[in-house]
Amino acid sequence: MSHTKNPSSGARKIGLSRRGFLQTSAVASGGLAIGVNLAGLSADAVAAGTLHTPNAWVHIADDNTITLISARSEMGQGVYTSMPMLIAEELNVDLSTVKVAIAPPNAKLYGNALLGGPQLTGGSTSVRDGWDKLRTAGAQVREMLITAAANQWKVDPATLKAENGVVTGPQGKRATYGQLAAAASQLPVPEKVTLKDPSAFRIVGQRTRRLDTPAKTNGTAEFGIDVKLPGMVYASLEQSPVIGGTVKGFDAGKARAMPGVIDVVQIPDGVAVVADTYWHAKKAREVLNVQWDEGAGAALTVPAMLDGIRKGSAADELIPLKTVGNPDAVIAASSKVVKAEYVMPLLSHSPLEPMNFTAHYHDGKVDLIGPTQWQDNAQSTIAKLLGVKLEDVSVQTTFLGGGFGRRIDIDFIIQAAQISKAVNRPVKLLWTREDDMTHDFYRPQSVHRMAASLGADGKPTAMTFRMTSQSITGRIFGLPAKVQDPLMTEAAIAGYEIPATRHEIVKHDAGLRVGYWRSVSHALNAFANESFIDELAAAAGQDPVAYRLSLLGGQPRFANVLRTAAAKAGWGTPAPAGRYRGVALMEGYDTYMAQVAEISMKDGVPVVHKVTVVADLGRMVNPDTVEAQIQSSIIFGLSAAMYGEITLDKGRVQQTNFHQYRLVRMNEAPAIDITLVPSTEKPGGIGEPATALIGPAVANAVFAATGKRTRQMPFTAANIASA
Amino acid sequence: MTTRLTVNGRTIDAKAEPDTSLLWVIRDEIGLTGTKFGCGAGLCGACTVHVDGVPVRSCQTLLSSVSGKQVSTVESLPVANTSALQRAWIAHDVPQCGYCQSGQLMSAAALLKANPNPSDAEIDGAMSGNICRCGTYGRIRAAIKTAAAELRKA
Repeated sequence: MSHTKNPSSGARKIGLSRRGFLQTSAVASGGLAIGVNLAGLSADAVAAGTLHTPNAWVHIADDNTITLISARSEMGQGVYTSMPMLIAEELNVDLSTVKVAIAPPNAKLYGNALLGGPQLTGGSTSVRDGWDKLRTAGAQVREMLITAAANQWKVDPATLKAENGVVTGPQGKRATYGQLAAAASQLPVPEKVTLKDPSAFRIVGQRTRRLDTPAKTNGTAEFGIDVKLPGMVYASLEQSPVIGGTVKGFDAGKARAMPGVIDVVQIPDGVAVVADTYWHAKKAREVLNVQWDEGAGAALTVPAMLDGIRKGSAADELIPLKTVGNPDAVIAASSKVVKAEYVMPLLSHSPLEPMNFTAHYHDGKVDLIGPTQWQDNAQSTIAKLLGVKLEDVSVQTTFLGGGFGRRIDIDFIIQAAQISKAVNRPVKLLWTREDDMTHDFYRPQSVHRMAASLGADGKPTAMTFRMTSQSITGRIFGLPAKVQDPLMTEAAIAGYEIPATRHEIVKHDAGLRVGYWRSVSHALNAFANESFIDELAAAAGQDPVAYRLSLLGGQPRFANVLRTAAAKAGWGTPAPAGRYRGVALMEGYDTYMAQVAEISMKDGVPVVHKVTVVADLGRMVNPDTVEAQIQSSIIFGLSAAMYGEITLDKGRVQQTNFHQYRLVRMNEAPAIDITLVPSTEKPGGIGEPATALIGPAVANAVFAATGKRTRQMPFTAANIASA
Repeated sequence: MTTRLTVNGRTIDAKAEPDTSLLWVIRDEIGLTGTKFGCGAGLCGACTVHVDGVPVRSCQTLLSSVSGKQVSTVESLPVANTSALQRAWIAHDVPQCGYCQSGQLMSAAALLKANPNPSDAEIDGAMSGNICRCGTYGRIRAAIKTAAAELRKA
């Protein structure tokens, strides 16, 4: 197996200039002038001018080295393997022989249709967006290779087969893909191709070893922090202690006198110390004296923000989501009404690799190298800000040391580019952990107000749901304030049959910048919905699983995952002494999932021993990665449920490092038992949904253990005691 | 003035100031980037290396304190991933984003050297200083057991 250590650094490693590289690529590309830099392709092949590009997804060298493109960033979720698997399935190549490259910025070629077109990795969309597109891409190239061979051999293409990188035909005719690639690249890309019936899949659906594991097991995988360019210097950036503050003035005298310091420069976000090593930059930054205009953010505190959200919930404009019948009248007339309010805190993403990027501004061009979830936005924004042409901004994507939504934002990329321009050298900007935790785009707080009435049989006769939180999509995509934000309504409408319902959303800007956080509003809405349905079951005196099932008549996929999870978890049989179970159920990203958490209580807080998960996500590409993502999401969601809370004092984020923003460690990691439902449904997303269910599953288990209903995350002893 | 130390068997005369954190000497001066920066405060374990065989957080270790000592980084493991530990890591497909894995591997290597048959509690004890934000803990535990079993056979 041969894989580049950096997913898109092949060209840089052999020191080709970008200009030279583009020319070589243009010569090397045959039929399709894709008009983008092909960084990441086999550098040797490109240099030798032997690379052929039948379409934007497949690159074949004369020596039969095949490079498949992942248009999505590898941040742990496995796209470096799953995207090539989809192409390789139809191209008929052995996955262990291919190379993989992360696509350069080109939203036209590599955009994410499920997100409306940006070249963005997020929303558990990669497989769903790529499912048809990438198989089609592989099939197109397969057909082009067959046509090229048929033309050459003057035979009917129907008599030829493309298998394992070789086209074979009658009378022992045989040519490798590499031998046919030049001719194939001159052919038109076929518009219609026949895709395999899934029953014929040999790669898709198989447990497949990740292609990036070897490089991640010997220290050679290249992350943004590892990028090194000739002549590169290092920057450490002092930003306003209050997010949104601006530089009033600064004294860099002491900093400039420190060893290794090259320059101290002001950019819009703060003051950067640039030095010959990171250590020197950071040490000099410590003696920098900056005065800040802290701005309006200096007044922010979490209780005041929460108070504002609560008031906004009653006073701000409602955006209706769905109304069935007249729930208010039903509830008003009912003798059994349950009401509850659920509260979610601010959260930080805290990927383990702190924000960083390497930028090189030179000759009116900008080269950007590093970890990002949104290539074309980085390219276009920096072109605009630095006043250069779009095509003069290159973006090479390294491996991401975690993303979780944080690397959708590009603040740190802009900063790196601005600093490079200011010092006229290649610069690697690296944030400290403290910078990262105190300058995040946080998951917004939310308040859910719920009410329901129960009939004589205990079933809900009506329910109302009002979610108040801050729109992220407004900031990032410019969604107008009065328009429903689809990233606030995820999992808001649960699968339960309730005759009269009303769901509504209130957008309330609490004053702090907020960002997409793994599973986004699923985690907010599922906590409210799955806690509330548990409250209704308790009010009805019914078993939480049986109660849910009684409301899922027309929802076989919901009912199946719930029933299966209950059975696997031993629901209905006595738990071991001191253990209690809680359940939660959700559909998100077209994936149906149930979780049962088994806990005990210790010192007033839950200890999670075991999580039973059943997921029905339709067809899968790599079931082992599916399991890995479920495991990952549960630990991620559990960290938030148990410990996650960002607070502010005078507008300053008070949590600065992992001693104050605790994450689940190995000794706290529960056993996770996963069942994947065999399914021929269309693929669902799996990078996120499990994140949203562990919180309510644990909260419901805490109720089973203590009778206390924890309606506020995190599940600290104080929050549980006051419940 | 330089500080002489041995890194992965190579003698190094490091030029950085003696109060420089070992992590940045390893990464920026020696150019071994497998060792990662996660927190700068000894809280996450991403920077774990061995000093005279003992796992330490290199971000909290001054260059001056390793003068004359033997430092081993993740690059001391075979680049072909042929050690029992690395083979187990691959067999269980442990890494996700992979950023913490160098530190995880170095903590696990030290554990197995001291204890060829660690219990779950002993694995927790040795590994709970290493954060994995992707939550690969279950696979790390399984891989350590697989590697331990193989090492006991050898």
